[in-house]
Amino acid sequence: MDNCVIEVEHLTKRFGDFTAVDDITFSVRKGEIFGFLGANGAGKTTAMRMLTGLSFPTSGRGQVAGFDIRTQSEMIKKHIGYMSQKFALYGDLTVKDNMELFAGIYGVSRREAGKRIGELLERLSLAGERNTMVRELPQGWKQKLAFSVSIIHRPGIVFLDEPTGGVDPAARRQFWELIYEAVDEGITAFVTTHYMDEAEYCNRISMMVDGRIEALDSPSALKKEYGVSSVAEIFDILARGAKRTE
Amino acid sequence: MKEFFAFVRKEFLHIFRDRRTLLVLIGLPTALIVLFGFAISTEIRNVDVGLFTVEDHIAITRLMDRIDRSEYFTYIGAYRSEAALDEAMRRGEIDAALVFGKDFAGSLYKPGGACVSIEVDATNPNNASMEVMYLSRIISDYFREDMEAMMLPGTQPASGSLVPELRMLYNPQLKSSYNFVPGIMGLILMLICALMTSVSIVREKETGSMEVLLVSPVRPVNIVVAKMIPYFVISCVVLINILLLTIFVLKVPVAGSFFWMILVSMIYIILSLGIGMLVSSLVKTQIIATLICGMIFIVPVMMFSGMLYPIESMPVPLQWLAQLIPAKWFIEAVRKIMIEGVPVRYVTKEILIITGMAVAFFSAAVIKFKDRLD
Repeated sequence: MDNCVIEVEHLTKRFGDFTAVDDITFSVRKGEIFGFLGANGAGKTTAMRMLTGLSFPTSGRGQVAGFDIRTQSEMIKKHIGYMSQKFALYGDLTVKDNMELFAGIYGVSRREAGKRIGELLERLSLAGERNTMVRELPQGWKQKLAFSVSIIHRPGIVFLDEPTGGVDPAARRQFWELIYEAVDEGITAFVTTHYMDEAEYCNRISMMVDGRIEALDSPSALKKEYGVSSVAEIFDILARGAKRTE
Repeated sequence: MKEFFAFVRKEFLHIFRDRRTLLVLIGLPTALIVLFGFAISTEIRNVDVGLFTVEDHIAITRLMDRIDRSEYFTYIGAYRSEAALDEAMRRGEIDAALVFGKDFAGSLYKPGGACVSIEVDATNPNNASMEVMYLSRIISDYFREDMEAMMLPGTQPASGSLVPELRMLYNPQLKSSYNFVPGIMGLILMLICALMTSVSIVREKETGSMEVLLVSPVRPVNIVVAKMIPYFVISCVVLINILLLTIFVLKVPVAGSFFWMILVSMIYIILSLGIGMLVSSLVKTQIIATLICGMIFIVPVMMFSGMLYPIESMPVPLQWLAQLIPAKWFIEAVRKIMIEGVPVRYVTKEILIITGMAVAFFSAAVIKFKDRLD
């Protein structure tokens, strides 16, 4: 299993009586886009927090980028990128400030950071906006910028938590192009989303219902298995059994 | 270490980009010092004084002239009857009055002495007692000098009368700024350090950026320390600003050791930062952080630190409560060093208490600070 960058076995997280994540087992291969799907409250965010070292598992074991999630979370943090929907970047800092900040936080050397920032600005055609405050950018640009910043230290894996929330369809497509570019460079993408059309862009998807993974395969294999034409329909079938809402 | 400095730089950028807040932080202390130093003053000024006397005498005229010349009083004039005097006081024409009885001049040089009564409007008891104190001081000064001038050299005063001599120690001009400056320092430093730090940490939680930071390799403790550094720097700037204003504008000298004055302030700044950090680790929203800092730490600074109301005259339970207010000890220490100018060994107790509190708040904050989100 050398080509797996995330491996999780029987991972469980309980808050008191409530089991947020219930005995999940899966692995993510190097260089793939792994879609982590589920309704709100299904346990996606909790699972992702355990993988990124923000939350300690109640039981089970797991490895991310070759490091144990229980004991080596500091090492994991150095080797992953993270982008959340809720927060993109600091609005009161300029585009360049934000990039420099995160390059600095992840220990990218000053000279290397300067080079990468220049490249990124060029690629996102934001070179003219380098000294613009981030809060003045349109939401779609912010998200693209946030993604680029989250991989500025060239991590092995990038975790994207609902990255396209609140963005119009055209901007979402552009955003996925960025993800593909990153994957072409060898980065593995772990994406949570509740847009079912986006699931089609993933190499493999898992579907979480009530804290458990109910289905895991490539979108086409899953469609064949359930005899339906879209991921959304699979989701409907699985979600019918869900007890939790919101 | 580089990660840490990237973070400190970000905090400075946040503050300097927010010009308005920065202006408030620097401008507020200046405004407060000027306000308390000049406008809001517990000193009595422009007190209108009336007079009723049965018979005129040169000594009375000269005394009234002397009262009028003092910077606190204005002599309005003489009234024909005690009733007219009373009427004038009710109308608000005068705030205080001197009443000279019958045969004042005659008994002035007799054993047993003469009698003058001071009447003041005691609607505001603080002002009234100060007016009485000032007036009696002027009167006794005047008659002592007058008597001495009248006496032949080498003779003793005719009567063995006891003339009390009032001396106002440490603050001979009774300037209220002597009292307010330490108070304002206690207030402002608490405001900047505790309030601003906690709000800025909680803001990161509220906007969700804390999550991104916790996923990054920055150690959580470094996040907090990096937040404190800019506020520490600003506090020091404010401290110097207050001291300069105090010394050069309010003309209140630092009587004691400047070094210890700064050192005590530094300890207090660190203490306030600890409070800010503790608050931020307990609450989730900026509003609650503001309320807690404001209600639990800043209002008590005004009420219980001895800045506005003397602690000694509070009910006993409130006096106990006052002992728990960090600012109370800081203000006490600053008063001793700055105004009284006593050697530092007399301030040991205050310094130890502030240091102890700083250690306590910091330990509590570090214990409460969570590495992981749940």
